[in-house]
Amino acid sequence: MDFISIKETADKLKNKKISITELSNIFIDRINKNANLNAYIYFDEDNINHQISSLFHQESLLNGIPLAIKDLFCTKNMPTTAASKILKNFKPTYESFVTQKLLNEGSIFLGKTNCDEFAMGSANTTSYFGNVVNPLSTKKIPLVPGGSSGGSAAAVAAGLCLGATGTDTGGSIRQPASFCGIVGIKPTYGLCSRWGIVAFASSLDQAGIFTNCVDDAAILMESIAGYDNKDSTSANIEIPNYYKSINNDLSGKTVGIPFEYNISGIPEEISIIWEEAIKTLEKGGVKIKKISLPHTKYALPTYYIIAPAEASSNLARYDGVKYGFRSEKNESLDEMYEMTRKEGFGKEVKRRILIGTYVLSAGYYDAYYLKAQKVRKLIANDFINSFQECDFILTPTTPSAAFPIGEKEDDPIKMYLNDIFTVPASLAGIPGISIPYGKSKEGLPLGIQILSKHFDEQTLFNVASYLERNNE
Amino acid sequence: MNNLIKGKKSDWEIVIGLEIHAQVKSNSKLFSSSPTKFGSSPNSQVSLVDAAMPGMLPVINEYCIKQAVKTGLGLEAKINQYSVFDRKNYFYADLPQGYQISQYKNPIVGEGKVTIDFRDGSSKDIRIVRLHLEQDAGKSMHDQNPTKTYVDLNRSGVALMEIVSEPDLRSSEETALYITKIRTILMYLDTCDGNMQEGSLRADVNISVRKPGDNYGTRCEIKNLNSIKFIKQAIEYEARRQIEIIEDGGTIEQNTLLFNTQSGKTKPMRSKEEAHDYRYFPDPDLLPLNLENNFIEKIRREIPLLPDQRKVKYINELKLSNYDSSVLIAEKEVSDYFDSVFEIHEELKDSSKLVANWITSELFSILKKNEINILQSPISSDYLGQLILLIKTNKISGKIAKDVFEEMFINKKSPKDIVEEKGLIQVTDIDEIESIIDQILETNTDKLKDYKSGKTKLLGYFIGQAMKISKGKANPKILNEILLKKLT
Repeated sequence: MDFISIKETADKLKNKKISITELSNIFIDRINKNANLNAYIYFDEDNINHQISSLFHQESLLNGIPLAIKDLFCTKNMPTTAASKILKNFKPTYESFVTQKLLNEGSIFLGKTNCDEFAMGSANTTSYFGNVVNPLSTKKIPLVPGGSSGGSAAAVAAGLCLGATGTDTGGSIRQPASFCGIVGIKPTYGLCSRWGIVAFASSLDQAGIFTNCVDDAAILMESIAGYDNKDSTSANIEIPNYYKSINNDLSGKTVGIPFEYNISGIPEEISIIWEEAIKTLEKGGVKIKKISLPHTKYALPTYYIIAPAEASSNLARYDGVKYGFRSEKNESLDEMYEMTRKEGFGKEVKRRILIGTYVLSAGYYDAYYLKAQKVRKLIANDFINSFQECDFILTPTTPSAAFPIGEKEDDPIKMYLNDIFTVPASLAGIPGISIPYGKSKEGLPLGIQILSKHFDEQTLFNVASYLERNNE
Repeated sequence: MNNLIKGKKSDWEIVIGLEIHAQVKSNSKLFSSSPTKFGSSPNSQVSLVDAAMPGMLPVINEYCIKQAVKTGLGLEAKINQYSVFDRKNYFYADLPQGYQISQYKNPIVGEGKVTIDFRDGSSKDIRIVRLHLEQDAGKSMHDQNPTKTYVDLNRSGVALMEIVSEPDLRSSEETALYITKIRTILMYLDTCDGNMQEGSLRADVNISVRKPGDNYGTRCEIKNLNSIKFIKQAIEYEARRQIEIIEDGGTIEQNTLLFNTQSGKTKPMRSKEEAHDYRYFPDPDLLPLNLENNFIEKIRREIPLLPDQRKVKYINELKLSNYDSSVLIAEKEVSDYFDSVFEIHEELKDSSKLVANWITSELFSILKKNEINILQSPISSDYLGQLILLIKTNKISGKIAKDVFEEMFINKKSPKDIVEEKGLIQVTDIDEIESIIDQILETNTDKLKDYKSGKTKLLGYFIGQAMKISKGKANPKILNEILLKKLT
């Protein structure tokens, strides 16, 4: 398929092999033909044409490049729903910091992609707008694309855009990237501004990128990173030129292989691709170092205390008073609150609000929330200690390949286990990238995850690029 | 001081602690750049952050932090270099985020104290537990529509300082003195405008009763009182209510109360079952606050002389009485006015009592009569000083000075100009005064005879006559001296 890489497409645009309008029409056509994937919540041809007609030419690789935006980013000219009924008709008057940066470089937004409601899910089955179908599904068994950024991952994998934004709180970029066989990066917490992104768990949420190749991910990452004084947790650091600085020569570097990620019960195929990736690195002159991240086993329970706790508070603003959905049943203020939130939120969101409310309650705070914060610190220290011994860490991205839609729906714990390899990095705030590596027995893509030190995204791109080129 | 109040069966002591909410004087809100002007049209001062739009994030306003530190220093309190903003979670229509950003476990200011002064010259220290910063909520308006409640978010996100006292207060009078003193200090520091009517300063009153020497009783909290008069009334009523219950064999239920200003009674705000669990936790959108020593020390250097310090200065340097000093320092503007008299007219320093009297009697009464404050006074501190100097140098008498003063208030002219225009300069020429005396003694030979035969009370009559002829301008001291000489 043509037009799946940003770099190549940008060259064609530059050399006038194709116009921006022609390019957009290709993608409009593809989106229309793949409507069954349900990758987009909002897609409007007029809106795209309007963007093109009012586009000022930018000296940027991204000028005219069609992208998709996860429906968690507030956008001025497109509705923003967070895949929830409660924000069904919400039209922000403001543009998120990250999407504004992309617009400043002249990119075209094809639409808003589907995701789990308020980014809460690992299969993109909690969206008010219906589940997303993994484009790699066979007709008989539709597969999940992963979540929560399932629509973005599916759109990139199916060629319905050249790149997409996502958000990752516990694995919401890396896991769907792995399930859909594409590249997904979650940068260091604080690298991208959270301003204008519908909040799920503030201390974990981070914007990131989906693309079909590592070079493209570096190009887009460079564009969306950067300091924002409107976000107090935004890091004021110099952003390197990731794409131009990619260096495939890894000789002399050390990779850490965490012992604790050999969890029992994961399919052999996962262990096999992990081994293969290690061997490939070894061939490139990388030293292999067995490391220990002793608190890994506490990561999942810690995450499922902290993230819901923050979410229970972050989602309090959806109360029917100011904007968004309001229940018809609103005789009293209390009734309006109860019915608006009962009718406006889906099951998974309510589950997490309840968990979060519980762990913050008087009498339980110390045992749950406070303890979880302490464990989080230990998990972060595990990584800091390990990076004394290695330059980056290699792990599988997920404990399985994409699974059929409907599976694990009756067992939230099983669903939460999807995030077992991605959550520790989220808790530590370190960057992680997932790239496709190997296939399952059924021929489905598997992903390998690379983790590095805070703000060392360059190492992620270097290693990912090397593995991408040496992937047999 | 004995503060006990009598019940039917025994004496009771009231125990009071205060949470004062003082609006930080700042042009913009605690976490957004919206303006904070009072009385603007509804929802005209609301940013995306104040309205809690999706994806909006708070950013700390450094000026509000400075103001809180300044206030802490003014309350002689410990400044905590490390403090944390927490979320206090609850639902209300005028709380757009569904939580208030406040400080819970780690407030910006720790323990301090405030001294209150009684009329008899004694004083008492009231301990401060803490001061923390928090956001104000919006305002629900229930009276705009018969079936709907409207919400005005102008106040939403405005910075408040909550100043919490230990339960050291023992009467409504002490409470009134305490809140007045806090208000005075904040206004000296310029960290709060102190306007209680506009709600810039309001208090929650925690109150319990006990028999002297007993442990603390169960307390009730009266919410949101915004006048000293109501605070006193509410305490009096609530103490009586609690005593009556206990003396009748009942127990006090810990409760949150509202004070009805019409009926003068307190009533429960919500029942126990509805008691909130605020689920405090550190706001993940904000990093903990780490204040550098330099930052604090710089603010310390900006702190003006505070009321207690000025009082000491007045007593020690200007030899004023404790009472006069207390009156002068109560309002910063008055104290500033008083000070500036001496800045311009240093020679008045040994007449400080005279200056104090002119301000607290003549100036206060004319300002009050005209319903203006001292900042709006048409008589400047310079002119008042000039007037007092005219008295001091015997250019005019105190009595004439009062007329000149009124003239100054109306015409805003300098006292010299008025005195010259009207020819009010005091007669100090001995020959002139002597000739006036001779004149009245000649025309009153009968009375002179009576005086010499022992009716010495007639001295007043002679003085009055002489003053009348001189149109009040004769120097009374000289007049008196010469007259006495002539009469003997």
